[in-house]
Amino acid sequence: MLRRPHYIALGLVVLLTLVIFNLPSRTTARFKLGIGGLFLPLFGLASSSQQAALAAGDRVISRGELLREIEGLRRENQQLRIQAMQTEGASGENARLRQLLGWQRQAPWKVKSARVVLREPSNWWRTVQINLGSRDGLRVNQPVLTVEGLVGRVSSVGLTSSQVLLLGDPDCKVSAQVENATRDAGIIGTSGPLNSEFVEMGYLSGSANLKSGHAVITSGNGGIYPPNIRIGTVVDSRAAEYGLATVARVKLAANLNALEDVWVIVP
Amino acid sequence: MGDCSMNWLHALFVLITAFLAVFWEAAFSGVRHLVGVQIDLLPALMVYASLCAGITTVVLLAVLGGLWFDSLSANPMGVSVLPLFVIGLVIHAKRELILRDQGFAQAVLGFAASAAAPVMTLLLLFTTRHTPLFGWGTLWQLAVMSAGGAVATPICFEFFGWLDRALVHPRATQTSFRADREIRRGR
Repeated sequence: MLRRPHYIALGLVVLLTLVIFNLPSRTTARFKLGIGGLFLPLFGLASSSQQAALAAGDRVISRGELLREIEGLRRENQQLRIQAMQTEGASGENARLRQLLGWQRQAPWKVKSARVVLREPSNWWRTVQINLGSRDGLRVNQPVLTVEGLVGRVSSVGLTSSQVLLLGDPDCKVSAQVENATRDAGIIGTSGPLNSEFVEMGYLSGSANLKSGHAVITSGNGGIYPPNIRIGTVVDSRAAEYGLATVARVKLAANLNALEDVWVIVP
Repeated sequence: MGDCSMNWLHALFVLITAFLAVFWEAAFSGVRHLVGVQIDLLPALMVYASLCAGITTVVLLAVLGGLWFDSLSANPMGVSVLPLFVIGLVIHAKRELILRDQGFAQAVLGFAASAAAPVMTLLLLFTTRHTPLFGWGTLWQLAVMSAGGAVATPICFEFFGWLDRALVHPRATQTSFRADREIRRGR
């Protein structure tokens, strides 16, 4: 049976929880960032322990292997430079044509490199914390990506760290389009509770002609994500809403389980 | 198994361990990579605290542990506090009936607490109109979290028992010897 101190404690905790639940969202966000700030000293500890583990791994790599890797990277660098020259020409031509047609000029992306320092401790959301904050110019809703593809968007910003909502989280929806003949558009939605590699793409038209392997990119609609960022590829699709709509399963291009370094698009 | 002599220093150890446990859950993903689920250590700590500490420590652990956890998570602030406290309160109220020195009893309580905490948190999230990731995979998550809690709880008792022996001065015990009842043998 509960005794008097139990009832008092229960009353206090319920009252406190109700007060926190009913705080204005801005105050709650500040409160959250303030409490999260207590963990800041431990961020350095975690990253230094990871670096120590990497350094220990580096010591066992032979010189020959390193030289081979340098040679491979040199070749890749030369290939990328040639590709960049081609792209530069194409983007210049694109800008001239846009000017001739009177279209708005596309601004090139500015990106900032960030390191993933913490992951979501619970199992029902998909978020990570990165080591850039408002002092680095980060704002809410800025897109986050890796060289493989889109990762998500910034959802809250502290002074020195920020929370990123990953693709597949229920609060991270992305307007996307399939690179097929009909350029079918839809919304990237949630993933399953266990498998973060795949997400569902909904709101596709019932007549959408999707095939396995079709690339999925951002459409640019919605105002958060710029167009043409790679999201993933279509795995399979099925009819939904009595054939009025189609739902596709998309395999994400970026590996969200192994995120270490990401890029944030800043204005 | 762990000795349950609780003082303010011991309560402080529990809170520091909770803080580090929350950080470990967010910083290290070894278990998540292995089984696809992150284990929550706060219910195991709550079982220990509710069996060995006063109601004040239970309240502090629920409030601080829950807020620390929510601050690093996308959970709304305060949603983890109530489930942790309910677990602590129920065990604390019935602790006279529990064989807390038995490893099996600790493991069973850890299993039940680690299953109940996420279920209650999910219920609260749905009640407050949030839409967490939920599906058949959630059953696997609950199974892994419960098994993790069953393993972690006896380890908690061992750890705090060791800390207790290492850092806290043992209580002075009264001997049964009484000088006035000594039988003096004479010739």
